[in-house]
Amino acid sequence: MIVPTSYYLFLGGILFTIGVVGVLTRRNAIVIFMSIELMLNAVNLTLVSFSNHLNSLEGQVFVFFVMVVAAAEVAVGLALVVAIFRTKNTVNVDEFNLLKW
Amino acid sequence: MNFYDIVFYLFAALTIASAGVLVFSRNVVYSAVGLLFALSGVAGLYVLLAADFVAIVQILIYVGGILVLLLFGVMLSQKGMRVDIGTGAKQLGPAMIVVAGVLVVLFRMIMKTPWALQSVSEFEPTTNKIGVLMMTDYLIPFEIASVLLLGALVGAAFIARKD
Repeated sequence: MIVPTSYYLFLGGILFTIGVVGVLTRRNAIVIFMSIELMLNAVNLTLVSFSNHLNSLEGQVFVFFVMVVAAAEVAVGLALVVAIFRTKNTVNVDEFNLLKW
Repeated sequence: MNFYDIVFYLFAALTIASAGVLVFSRNVVYSAVGLLFALSGVAGLYVLLAADFVAIVQILIYVGGILVLLLFGVMLSQKGMRVDIGTGAKQLGPAMIVVAGVLVVLFRMIMKTPWALQSVSEFEPTTNKIGVLMMTDYLIPFEIASVLLLGALVGAAFIARKD
């Protein structure tokens, strides 16, 4: 491999940071989900680059598990968003205050 | 600069640019398209890292599954045909401070670590070995993941049900 591993780690760090920006600043629940997916992808990229660096496949197995959990998370999260949209008619997370008292 | 480098920088630029579109676009559908290109760019980087199985799974699960699901979510949660809803950004200042802190910590860690030189190895297909690992060392996590997925899907169908 010609590109050093640290370049992939820098890229993963930048992607993760962009995802953090999305989660912290955007108010649309679905965009927040997309940003979470971006952060998971950044971590997956880091895992795969370490797997390549260390010549071991275990990192790629972890990536597979992360993908499974991400799929489960998106399914449940979108079901929640659709259910909340049905009652509150909005997906703005600032207006989800059902659990506040 | 050889071919490998050029492809790496191309995919890296594509991924970061589409991630920026995803986060900063006002329109949710543009965000979804940004996510599509970001995920495809990451899949390309997996190919560069000689992870063929993970790259294919990335395309199948993320681009083919999760992205379509997210687009369904976008379509189901818009009022009529109007795509633009209140998607303004808030607390941009504090968020940028937090993010700058995260970025500085990550980059300092990456730069201060003495990375050992990796050996250049021949490419060999990984699917078989990953399958063997999943059926031997990681059998319990594999089964737990499948039960988790089943539970999550049943729960999602239950929550989204109209009653």
